[in-house]
Amino acid sequence: MITFEHVTVTYPEASAPVLTDVDLTITAGELCLVVGSTGSGKSTFLKCINGLVPHFTGGTLTGRVVVDGRDTRKHRPRELADVVGYVGQDPLSGFVSDTVEDELAYGMESLGVDSSTMRRRVEETLDLLGLADVRSRPLLTLSAGQQQRVAIGSVLTMHPSALVLDEPTSALDPPAAEEVLAALTRLVHDLGLTVVIAEHRLERVVQYADRIVHVPGAGAPLVVGDPPTVMATSPVAPPVVRLARSVGWSPLPLSVRDARSAATSLRERLRDRRPSPKPAAQLGELVGSAHRLVVSYDGVVALAGVDVDIRRGEVVAVMGRNGAGKSTLLNAMAGLQPPDAGMLDIGGVAPARLAAPDVVRRVALVPQNPSDLLWRETVSAECADADMDAGVARGSTRALLAELAPHVDDDTHPRDLSEGQRLALALAVLLVRRPPLLLLDEPTRGLDYAAKERLATIVQRLAADGHAVVFATHDVELVAEVATRVLVLADGELVSDGPTATVVTASPAFAPQVAKILAPQPWLTVGQVERALAG
Amino acid sequence: MKRVPRSLHPLAWWLWAAGVATAASETSQPVLLLVLIAAAAYVVAARRAITPWNGSYGAFMRIAVVVVVVRVVLYVLFGDAGGNHVLIRLPRVPLPTGWGVRIGGPLTAEGLISATEDGLRLGTVLICVGAANAVASPARLLKALPGALYEVGVAVSVAVSFAPQAVVALGRARRARRLRGRSERGWRAVRGMAVPVLEDALERSIDLAAAMDARGFGRRGSVAPMHRRAATTLTVVGLLAICAGTYGLLAAGSPALLGVPLMLAGALIAVAGFAVGNRASGRSHYRPDAWRSAEWAVAATGVVVAAAYVVVAHRDPATLDAISQPLRTPDVPWQLALTSIVAALPAWLAPPVPRPDSRSRPVTVPARARAEVAL
Repeated sequence: MITFEHVTVTYPEASAPVLTDVDLTITAGELCLVVGSTGSGKSTFLKCINGLVPHFTGGTLTGRVVVDGRDTRKHRPRELADVVGYVGQDPLSGFVSDTVEDELAYGMESLGVDSSTMRRRVEETLDLLGLADVRSRPLLTLSAGQQQRVAIGSVLTMHPSALVLDEPTSALDPPAAEEVLAALTRLVHDLGLTVVIAEHRLERVVQYADRIVHVPGAGAPLVVGDPPTVMATSPVAPPVVRLARSVGWSPLPLSVRDARSAATSLRERLRDRRPSPKPAAQLGELVGSAHRLVVSYDGVVALAGVDVDIRRGEVVAVMGRNGAGKSTLLNAMAGLQPPDAGMLDIGGVAPARLAAPDVVRRVALVPQNPSDLLWRETVSAECADADMDAGVARGSTRALLAELAPHVDDDTHPRDLSEGQRLALALAVLLVRRPPLLLLDEPTRGLDYAAKERLATIVQRLAADGHAVVFATHDVELVAEVATRVLVLADGELVSDGPTATVVTASPAFAPQVAKILAPQPWLTVGQVERALAG
Repeated sequence: MKRVPRSLHPLAWWLWAAGVATAASETSQPVLLLVLIAAAAYVVAARRAITPWNGSYGAFMRIAVVVVVVRVVLYVLFGDAGGNHVLIRLPRVPLPTGWGVRIGGPLTAEGLISATEDGLRLGTVLICVGAANAVASPARLLKALPGALYEVGVAVSVAVSFAPQAVVALGRARRARRLRGRSERGWRAVRGMAVPVLEDALERSIDLAAAMDARGFGRRGSVAPMHRRAATTLTVVGLLAICAGTYGLLAAGSPALLGVPLMLAGALIAVAGFAVGNRASGRSHYRPDAWRSAEWAVAATGVVVAAAYVVVAHRDPATLDAISQPLRTPDVPWQLALTSIVAALPAWLAPPVPRPDSRSRPVTVPARARAEVAL
């Protein structure tokens, strides 16, 4: 179906190739998962399949990629459109029309499919992906999960024999991600579609994969094999695999279900132990509090009376589905959105009333896309700007950055940093003013496991230094790792507020994998289990 | 008989709006202009489409008000409209007479009313465009373009979508400056924000281009390039002829040959081009909008109103004249005002607008998207 023959890809101005001598065949009907850390070349690998590399991105490709008998050297992406359906990282930026039905039909119109066939395929696809209810809605009004499904549907209607997806669930909350993955497994099983999918959130997809391609990065050779073999040694691995590896289970379980049946003896061993309590958080003074906070945009109530107190030393996770009001809560606390009613108090004042320089001394917000905060051409210029704004000694920001992320080159353009380094730079720029309250909006978006671990360390150190950290996230594993307290929002209301262990184990949607495997015992992370077994 | 909701062909709506706009451009009689505005507003209220753009009607209304205000302000500053009813004498800036401009000086009632009328005329035309946007989304009009013009249509729709995206990007850039503790004023702030906004726009367009390419945009069927070029040439020449013909029809004092005959010839050439081009494009249309009796009726209302004004303008121009030169109380041309009401008929003639998924909740743009625009 898809054949790579000695493929080497080098981008212009790059010193070394991204992919070196890739030799691989993906057979029809296979679900192939591509894993690797950010910047390792996963996207390049995917884009080779439909010819976007090198026709669109530039660079040189030696060797050849053949898809269904068509060589990508001779066929441009548009001529492969009927064989390969490609869905990029951000579905919104790839939408061409404005309503669901038109978007589904767009590709078929380009192929010149006759109108009665088009009509039938659109109806089939609407049913297959569960989109019939929203068929005439404008795309902008859909939820993120629906948008992702429309993006998948828009290439499915062309009846491709292979589907290529770049991080289809990274922006989705757990239920929406499950919707998308359920649709994908149905396509593989019912239609025999070949699916190639790149994903950071391995815990969500690894159990569905027939084969894993690990892209180690820096042009090193790919590791290809069946999931248990690759996962046994892969540096990127979901919690279930890390637990299995540290306990030494064989064969390696990939799903919670398999792990639960392997974990009987482990549960026995852990019965009389309890997770070592987190070093009791030194709760300090109140740095932020909201009382019956109401925020609305044009008549849509985003927060409907939320009460919350944040103290120094706390790490608070804000969870809830897309659109539940998480970002609104953070924006309001950072003074970006004046409240309609209720009281908001950040370090003794209402933040929306303050001028920008006074707000940032009390509270710092890293938005969903940290690169929004960066506008200079080099890391050093960015740091110098921050020093000047904060009125601190030259080099303070640079020193802080070195603590958060070592090995960042001064002359790099912020856009060329890895996602994790960029987040660290944005943090350094804000933290140089030592605001007591730090807010992070979806900080793990696009972060690989290594970067996430570094983020967890940073957050814990900040809390120990007496900062209060509040972060909105869908990532239950990160919550289990660092949060001392969890808030769950639904439809703008606070539906639970309590210690992490209590809140995340209360419902399966928010439970981390380790908790599901070892339930009813109260273990949340691999680290806790390892420490308990060692001690 | 119960009327089945369906969306009217966008071309019918745009013909109606063009007709009303043509009528408005022929007159500066404020009562007639207000009747036309009221008719358009009534139609919008009754048949507003459910699309992301239907809010643009309000925006066009506001722009129309701004146009009137700007016109009046310009008159107050530079105007020299003549007239005897002097209201106030502003101090005059001494300028050499040869310049042809003056600043300050006497303000007359005639001048003020004339400026308002001028502004109102342009404002009415703008409101017609806004009304067309509200009842039929421009994207649907582009979809109805013949295959030969498809590429042009895509280029236009991508360009049009740039503006709202830039507004969102600008909102993000402003928010980011606030989060870094910068105050949001001054030239340096503008310069600092322009870079991220442009970067964002560039990145988006590259993403969009990749997505379109991956979905088969620009595929060529097995059509000879000669054939394609012939189609494009015919279409462009035909459309240019139509433009020239329209100018000839509307502009006073142009030779008769430049009017209707040129328009018809242009239309013929363009249709030939479309016919050739449709066969050459290798594309197909998903659920093309139907053209039925309601479409004829709505388009006809536009044509009737436009024709009435054009005919009166040629036969009896005084009826359509402004009320300011010389100053008089509005002398309402009743027949024409009644004819203008035809412009409101599409409120009944067009079938009701279909509601998207009446089973679930009404359409609201997600709070976050709105917030980003608002910030």
